Amino acid sequence: MALLDVTDLEIAVAAGGKLLPVVRGVSFAIEENETLGIVGESGCGKSLTSLAIMGLLEGSQVRITGGSIQFDGRELTTLSAEDRRAIMGDQMAMIFQEPMTSLNPVYRIGDQIVETLRQHRDMTKGQARDRAIELLDLVRIPEPTRRVDSFPHQMSGGQRQRVMIAMALACDPKLLIADEPTTALDVTVQKEVLDLMADLQTRTGTAIVLISHDLGVIAETCDKVAVMYRGKIAEAATTRELFSNMSHPYTRGLLNSIPVVDHDVEWLEAIPGRVPTIDEVLPGCAFHPRCPLAEDRCNAEDPAPRDVANGHAVRCHFAGGAA
Amino acid sequence: MTKTPILQVKDLHTHFQTGGGLFAEKTWLKAVNGISFDIHEGEVLSLVGESGCGKSTVGRTLTHLEPSTSGKALFNGTDILPMTGAEFRPLRRDIQMIFQDPFASLNPRLTIEQTLAEPLFIHGLAASKTDARAQIAETMELVGMDPKVMARYPHEFSGGQRQRIGIARVMILKPKLVIADEAVSALDVSIQAQVLNLIKKLQRDSGVSMLFISHDLGVVRHISDRVAVMFQGQIVETGDKQQIFEAPAHEYTKKLLSSIPRITERVA
Repeated sequence: MALLDVTDLEIAVAAGGKLLPVVRGVSFAIEENETLGIVGESGCGKSLTSLAIMGLLEGSQVRITGGSIQFDGRELTTLSAEDRRAIMGDQMAMIFQEPMTSLNPVYRIGDQIVETLRQHRDMTKGQARDRAIELLDLVRIPEPTRRVDSFPHQMSGGQRQRVMIAMALACDPKLLIADEPTTALDVTVQKEVLDLMADLQTRTGTAIVLISHDLGVIAETCDKVAVMYRGKIAEAATTRELFSNMSHPYTRGLLNSIPVVDHDVEWLEAIPGRVPTIDEVLPGCAFHPRCPLAEDRCNAEDPAPRDVANGHAVRCHFAGGAA
Repeated sequence: MTKTPILQVKDLHTHFQTGGGLFAEKTWLKAVNGISFDIHEGEVLSLVGESGCGKSTVGRTLTHLEPSTSGKALFNGTDILPMTGAEFRPLRRDIQMIFQDPFASLNPRLTIEQTLAEPLFIHGLAASKTDARAQIAETMELVGMDPKVMARYPHEFSGGQRQRIGIARVMILKPKLVIADEAVSALDVSIQAQVLNLIKKLQRDSGVSMLFISHDLGVVRHISDRVAVMFQGQIVETGDKQQIFEAPAHEYTKKLLSSIPRITERVA
């Protein structure tokens, strides 16, 4: 059994007395030591999926309406708040895009790491502080014995994100969810942070779910990839398989939209149109209004995922040859 | 051919006071610390660099949104930096700016028609409302929007469409120099590609000169003729696009290029 097993996850937003589906039938699994990338554009449901796993949708207008999330053999969707608190921050941890808003500006960073440690571990303040310094060293903050007493505003964006990683790793979690962890960072700093995450994974075996809009980041860091469009996984495969055998027209469109640094392209092959808003109800395949391959049946019939290769599933009528 | 460049920036400095006061010694942040570059007619020059390198301050200084500390910026041979607000005002038609955030740069209380009519009347480019409406319709089609939606408000549009409106507001004045500051950075990849293609096409068709400010090297390669790489307030390297991307000379340029995550196996 996989460490994390998400099956047929359904998430909906309550708006105007109706429930609008935003994540529909999402399934994936991830093992120890593995990195899964979830890629897609704004509103595709990638962040909501991660928040659902972390139990952070409670009390919002968004709720899980179906499916299951099994973590280490336990069902998370029906877990009590108390049991959930014991797992979160301990066995599962999350880092967010904007490290400045995720750190408390009025507490020293060391104290924030100590708080996490003492919440889950039987440690004295002194022991927790020593461990905090160790963790800062682990994420390559220079002079950790001094920086443990710094406030968030005294650190750069890259350093703050490393502090977030240190905090997330404080209790040696089995699963780390990173939601756009490097999107707010400069490219040179992004590289350092991604290298650090990969390095830590080799040491600890932590499973990572990396959520990103950037196919380049995904290609360089992940073992497998799920491409989401409008609440569904359009295509999923190992990273190598996906990039050598892209089969969903949306994935190809996404790739061709990226202006690359290594060669010149006269005009980008942009995907026409725009992502439909969540209250637009579309029959058939959600991508058909923008799809270069679309035919009549795409308008009528939502394609089920089909395997084009071992472990490579594609939601397209045309995947793997004839429709 | 040695035509005079449309814009010549010479040893530009923009410093901000960060400390000191009446008695304490003043301290300065040298956001732009002595940069020089030329933009020729019909050329796209990109300023690329990481956050805090001063690239946006260059654009803001050239459009009088920040006062310069020293240096010259010759626009068609005339130094625009020492001009007063009143002297610079007529030039605002010729030097236009596209901003990053299409949500913040449109007035939410004006319809698209009002948003696009305003600059026409300010600069006396429309004889009548009918004339203005004709120009607005023409420009909306130019940026790939249906003129029928001109009575709508910004909140009714997606981010990509708002950026098209922002571009329309600039192009309707037929400027000579456009300064685009992270013009496609807030957009999703598939929409970014559409807007980037649009900017490239409008630039080619109109022959407008452009200073394209961006942190994204892929975007810069796609749009530019020449590239200037900025680091800590200075330009470390300027060159033709080919030279910067194929044979970078400066260590910092090399580091930037090698930091970009790459998709090695591309589809045909």
